[in-house]
Amino acid sequence: MSGRSFAQKVLSRASGCDAAVGDTVVAKVDLAMSHENAALVSSKFREMGAERIWDPSRVVLVFDHRMPANTVSAAEGHRRVRLFAEEMGVESFYQHGEGICHQVLPEMGHVRSGDLIVGSDSHTTTYGAFGAFATGIGATEMAAVWATGELWFRVPETLRIQIDGGMPSGCMSKDVVLKAIGELGADGADYCCVEYTGGTVDDMSVSSRMVLCNMAIEMGAKAGVCFPDEKTRQYLEERGSGGDELFSDEGSAQRRHLMDVSNLVPQVAAPHSVDNVLPADELRDVAVDQAVLGSCTNGRLEDLQAAAALLKGRKVSASTRLIVVPASRETALQAMEDGTMQALMEAGAIVTNPGCGPCLGAHQGLLAAGETAIASTNRNFRGRMGSPDAEVYLASPLTVAASALTGRITDPREVMR
Amino acid sequence: MNTDLIIPGRYLDNYDIASLAKHAMEDIDPGFASKVAEGDVIVAGRNFGCGSSREQAPLVLKELGVGAVVAESFARIFYRNAINVGLPVVACADASLIEDGDTVEIDLAAGTLSSSSGLESGFPPLPPKLLEILEKGGLVSALKERFRPCRPGTGR
Repeated sequence: MSGRSFAQKVLSRASGCDAAVGDTVVAKVDLAMSHENAALVSSKFREMGAERIWDPSRVVLVFDHRMPANTVSAAEGHRRVRLFAEEMGVESFYQHGEGICHQVLPEMGHVRSGDLIVGSDSHTTTYGAFGAFATGIGATEMAAVWATGELWFRVPETLRIQIDGGMPSGCMSKDVVLKAIGELGADGADYCCVEYTGGTVDDMSVSSRMVLCNMAIEMGAKAGVCFPDEKTRQYLEERGSGGDELFSDEGSAQRRHLMDVSNLVPQVAAPHSVDNVLPADELRDVAVDQAVLGSCTNGRLEDLQAAAALLKGRKVSASTRLIVVPASRETALQAMEDGTMQALMEAGAIVTNPGCGPCLGAHQGLLAAGETAIASTNRNFRGRMGSPDAEVYLASPLTVAASALTGRITDPREVMR
Repeated sequence: MNTDLIIPGRYLDNYDIASLAKHAMEDIDPGFASKVAEGDVIVAGRNFGCGSSREQAPLVLKELGVGAVVAESFARIFYRNAINVGLPVVACADASLIEDGDTVEIDLAAGTLSSSSGLESGFPPLPPKLLEILEKGGLVSALKERFRPCRPGTGR
């Protein structure tokens, strides 16, 4: 073993120690994100007896899970967080439907390469697409971060997933990462920092890389990362951000997984676990009542555009409802400006406000017992999107659009023009 | 066993843990909350608590009186959350050898586990810092000491 990994470098910088793999270090956090569960975090913060947030400029709050409030108790939770944020002087507070936290933070310039970011949400790993070390934590830990600015971290092993080969027609980065999760298993990267490298990743847009890092948690990873390049720099510069780029030294990964995607076909994760992955074509007899295009995984402009290109001038199946949830207000505005939204709505899509939408079964678009959905979201656990007797299949935006069109799970190559 | 099964997302607008706990595990075992008795031990397989970062997952189990979760392995965030809310978690490779209805004895500091059906097993004990958090009943109690205002005095 030689050299130091990305994870070691970030945690060494943030802790002031020489962070060796397996060490537990106490590190200073650069950015701390919470969504609606800030209500729980704030009560833990009070219980601890803390009075001030260590640095309110490093705390970002976003309402996305239940925005606008769909129950009185959700509204009360929102109100408690508003009062708390005002008292503590938290200025980066996106409370009026700006979108999903994992989309809004990069858009608003909060994410920087090389930073140590924690979020009280498991998909915080998404920010790894910008070369940050970003990981999900719980509410009590977040309260401790708010109070002290520090948290303990075990320095993780590194799993390098090297992906090569040209992306085949009909496939997107979601298909690549579903395939990887199918191969590695839902705990295949437990506690690891997953590094995505290789020519396929180099060729991907920043949005597509966000999908890879977002889904790293679905193989158990602590963090996922795509190393910064010109595309990353351009994205960050446009948002007034930047950072210190950190890269792993050669040979610093404990494990490697190689993928050649040149013969990849569209993939679907069948109920009720994300590693139950099959080619879409093998599920062609599964009828879908609902198709969901959205979430922090796949609700970005390129996702909406891919679906619109397939659906333009066509109609969603009469037996299926298509729900489109843009990841952010910015995404929605861009999709309106370039005709994407028009094409989706003309095809029969229900477009909701930006946010988490049906993904976690907490807001809109719930499923009845006996119903089946195909979704571009990230989890298909029993009961995730409503009734425990409903079934959720996960797929790429293209496969979701193709399935909405035919009313059954469909390999998009069958219907692409 | 994922966190959506432990406590479904549709209930998470409820911040009252006692009433939330009534829904624990209901999607796979509707009677679970009323069956659990103080000190009961949940025994499970691999990757217990995978999925969401919701701390309500270990909180509802603790609220119902669960004394410990023994699993072959745990998902990372659940494991941290459990320690932080004071719910003992034991990663034991022999978990599957514990039988339903067994009485188990666990020594967290020594890293030993024995069951009434004769299993004698071990597990890597928690690092002392984390054990201390568990012993204090969670991170809130552990940090309370740090933020406790000093006693009024003369300042000399």
